[in-house]
Amino acid sequence: MRRVLLALISTVAGLVALLGFKTHTPDTTTTPSTSTAPTKAATTTAAKKTLTGSAIDTRYGAVQVQITVQGKKILAVTAVQLPDRDGHSAQISQYSAPVLSQEALAAQSASIDMISGATYTSDGYIQSLQSAIDQM
Amino acid sequence: MTSAPATTPVRHVEPVMGTVFSFDVRPAPGQDEQARAAIGDAVEWLHWVDATFSTYRADSQISRLDRGELRIEACDPRVAEVLELCEVEYSASGGYFSSVIGGRLDPSGLVKGWSIEQASQLLRSHGCTNHAINGGGDVRTVGEPSPGALWQIGVTHPLQPDALTTVISGSDLAVATSGTAERGGHIRDPFTGQPPVGQASITVVGADLTRVDCVATAAFAMGPGAQSWLERLAGFEAYAVTEAGLAWWTSGFPRYGTVPAATSGDATETPAHYG
Repeated sequence: MRRVLLALISTVAGLVALLGFKTHTPDTTTTPSTSTAPTKAATTTAAKKTLTGSAIDTRYGAVQVQITVQGKKILAVTAVQLPDRDGHSAQISQYSAPVLSQEALAAQSASIDMISGATYTSDGYIQSLQSAIDQM
Repeated sequence: MTSAPATTPVRHVEPVMGTVFSFDVRPAPGQDEQARAAIGDAVEWLHWVDATFSTYRADSQISRLDRGELRIEACDPRVAEVLELCEVEYSASGGYFSSVIGGRLDPSGLVKGWSIEQASQLLRSHGCTNHAINGGGDVRTVGEPSPGALWQIGVTHPLQPDALTTVISGSDLAVATSGTAERGGHIRDPFTGQPPVGQASITVVGADLTRVDCVATAAFAMGPGAQSWLERLAGFEAYAVTEAGLAWWTSGFPRYGTVPAATSGDATETPAHYG
């Protein structure tokens, strides 16, 4: 039963990955690291659309995915149909990962004590940010 | 030294184990010296762990054990303890967490989280009941930063490392993040030998950093199966960012961290807390 769910999650994740690659590439060229303005601008200009994918038959049943897009950016991925035979209905909706800039956090007076992240050693950013926090 | 109000932190940064450890202790009034002594003990402990467990040091007990120059009985008892914990995590993760990497004995995936957990207990035994320790992005918090307040742990966005993607709040928490950027992408799916696909980073929250760190590593190695596994794993919650820049989280994660507004078909860029 676990296999069933894993296979389905893989299918959906695969779709997400395919969709993601198409839309992510143009994004990277328009996102200067020093500004959050482009994100805001995109949010207010392009209209949101919901696109529903074809129902794909699998031996466990049909899988169908719906995405919410704005311009070329995927905001959300939701399963319309997903066989669930073992009672474990893992939440499979995915949403655009928030980008909380330092400005946004400062505006909300969110005082961050510690930083976790997987970019620690390769990037030095967390180290730098943590060391700044350490000086407070 | 000047006199300090109750919540003035006593901080220390120590380079060890190839990364940087940060200590933040919030002592009771007049307890600053006690806090510094406790941090000193914890720092000494971390260097001992590095000397004993480092796979980069030819003379460490782990390296000598791996080369067959030392029997496990001749090692410090902590070595056997760590290897037993590795076995437990290997079983619990269905083999996705492993302390044998490329044919070499390498318990590094467990040692960092475990050493921080032990350091935190050391601080508590010195009476430091309010503190946070960060070892290369693995975080353990105890108590509160100031009376009535919660510790705030920011998680970096893996695709945009100058920004955070969620903020986790709590008192006694363990938080660890695994991802593609971690140590040059050293995590591999042990069954395929390939780097895992699907997630750019997975952040796990729980009570004990030894386990939390291993669960994050195993979940990242799983790739697409991680979400389903984490949802069913009792005692842990998780938040992940996929390679496509999308976020998912386990059903209990919003108790600890911010998530995007999850109204169906109308997801926004703003997490609920800050909206």
